[in-house]
Amino acid sequence: MWLSPPEWQALLLSLKVSTVAVACAMPFALAAAALLADRTFPGKALIDGILHMPLVLPPVVVGYLLLLAFGTRGALGSWLLLHLGIRFVFSWTGAALAAGLITFPFQVRAIRAAMEVVGAGLKDAAETLGAGPWDRFVNLTLPLALPGIVAGAITAFAASLGEFGAIITFVSNIPGETQTLPLAIYSALQTPGGEAEAARLAVLSIGLAILGLLLAEYADRRARAIAAR
Amino acid sequence: MSVDVSVCHRYGDFTLDVAFKIEQPGVTALFGPSGAGKTSIINAIAGVLRPQHGRIVARDRVLYDTAANICISPRQRRVGYVFQDARLFPHMSVERNLRFGWRRARERAPEPEVRHVIELLELRFLLARRTQGLSGGEKARVALGRALLASPDILLLDEPLAALDTARKNEIFPYLERLRDEARIPILLVSHSLDEVSRLAGHIVILRAGNVVTSGSVFDVLSDLNLPDYTGASPYGAVIGATVAENDTDTGLSTLAFPGGRLVVPLLERAIGEQLRVHVRAEDVMLSLEEPHGISANNILPAIVSGLRATTALHADIRLACGPTAILSRITRASCERLSLKAGMAVFAIVKSVTIATANDGPRHD
Repeated sequence: MWLSPPEWQALLLSLKVSTVAVACAMPFALAAAALLADRTFPGKALIDGILHMPLVLPPVVVGYLLLLAFGTRGALGSWLLLHLGIRFVFSWTGAALAAGLITFPFQVRAIRAAMEVVGAGLKDAAETLGAGPWDRFVNLTLPLALPGIVAGAITAFAASLGEFGAIITFVSNIPGETQTLPLAIYSALQTPGGEAEAARLAVLSIGLAILGLLLAEYADRRARAIAAR
Repeated sequence: MSVDVSVCHRYGDFTLDVAFKIEQPGVTALFGPSGAGKTSIINAIAGVLRPQHGRIVARDRVLYDTAANICISPRQRRVGYVFQDARLFPHMSVERNLRFGWRRARERAPEPEVRHVIELLELRFLLARRTQGLSGGEKARVALGRALLASPDILLLDEPLAALDTARKNEIFPYLERLRDEARIPILLVSHSLDEVSRLAGHIVILRAGNVVTSGSVFDVLSDLNLPDYTGASPYGAVIGATVAENDTDTGLSTLAFPGGRLVVPLLERAIGEQLRVHVRAEDVMLSLEEPHGISANNILPAIVSGLRATTALHADIRLACGPTAILSRITRASCERLSLKAGMAVFAIVKSVTIATANDGPRHD
């Protein structure tokens, strides 16, 4: 194989970080999307804006804020370390947290759009047939929004693979622990004679990104086909 | 059996202010032009709309009462609602759609009853299908079945035929007639078609701009001389409940008996004793002061003029009593003056043609 063991390590770590990031953010994204879809309440625009912050803030700033909150001296970080023994800094879990947070809006947007397509009509019908709110969410909204949920997850996954600024700021660049593909490319470029390695990793990243976009496009088309019925 | 609705709701510059009672089983039609408030009323009964003031009682259960602060949630109202656009769940098979409400019912209908509904609506061969490929008529049948299988206390049908073309309507009608004959619950049918109403309903509530303008039995309301005022259309003509008395294959004629007379019609493929509804259009009834002879019309009914109304500049509508049965005749005002028609006069009504539908107006055996 044309990848060296450290490169393999970076690839597998990237996949692990992105998978955990998307999976852990998804329940929160579902909750946020359900809250924002089909409903108006005071403060909705504010919540919507806050949820979109990771999209507009510089990733380095997000990483810095995470460091403030989840660092060993940060309020949340010290509490988690003391009571649950969980440490995010200098750990791949921290990389997953940063990537999950940065790509959270992608998930919320895709899921929310899919949920809004379900519409009030079908929910009213389900309600007159005896289905309560949770029942309607699980048996109607979720399955009908599934293509949107999948599309959001794929987009978020692809974006997570490329996350650089927040990860390097929050959990540093430790080979085998927090050095994901973009960080490995960065390191290779910093090393004399590392251009070939950087090129290989870059090609790999491009391939993964294209694959992710194709999958997202396919899921999106499925969602539209369902919505058009 | 009774359903008691009294609702006041204002949105924009439209005010819905209605009160009516349904004492009898069978089909009650909410009739009126679009914008009259028909759908708002059944939305309020289903709980999808919460009127600002009102009280809704269905079969002795208070579903809604603003004065007493009662509002049962839609899911607990046990109201079967067939929406105009069917609203089948697109990610479920026909069978899962049918069983959606059934599975959630407080008391699930026993399996033989489920099979009966499936047979009644001829859904057996659709069960495994997805809903996307269904025709409009098939969707309407699945929606009907889904509502029925939830074991509702009352069934609401919001223009179940409106989205269908004439051929599909005729395809669905027999199912609605079967439903009317078999369902032991009150059915509220929203409609803007008097054809639909006259074929299906026993009772009719006429709405206009958010108010009830008249209500009563279909026979009384349709033979009301003021009906054109309520509907804004020419008189529909009376509907008579009749039974098949005789089928004569030699002459090619069937005889229908109704309280106060008999009608002869081209031979029907109907059993003796079967109940029918006969629609007699006002335009198809001519009047004569003397009994006519040498005339091609098969039906000449002796009748008493029970009401007159100069409905338009050119036409007069005459209400006739054939015994206890009322029919309408539309003639020109000129003819009306020439014959010097007055209430109480004896005349002969010459009925040129009639339209026939099945009915179930006899005593019910529940």
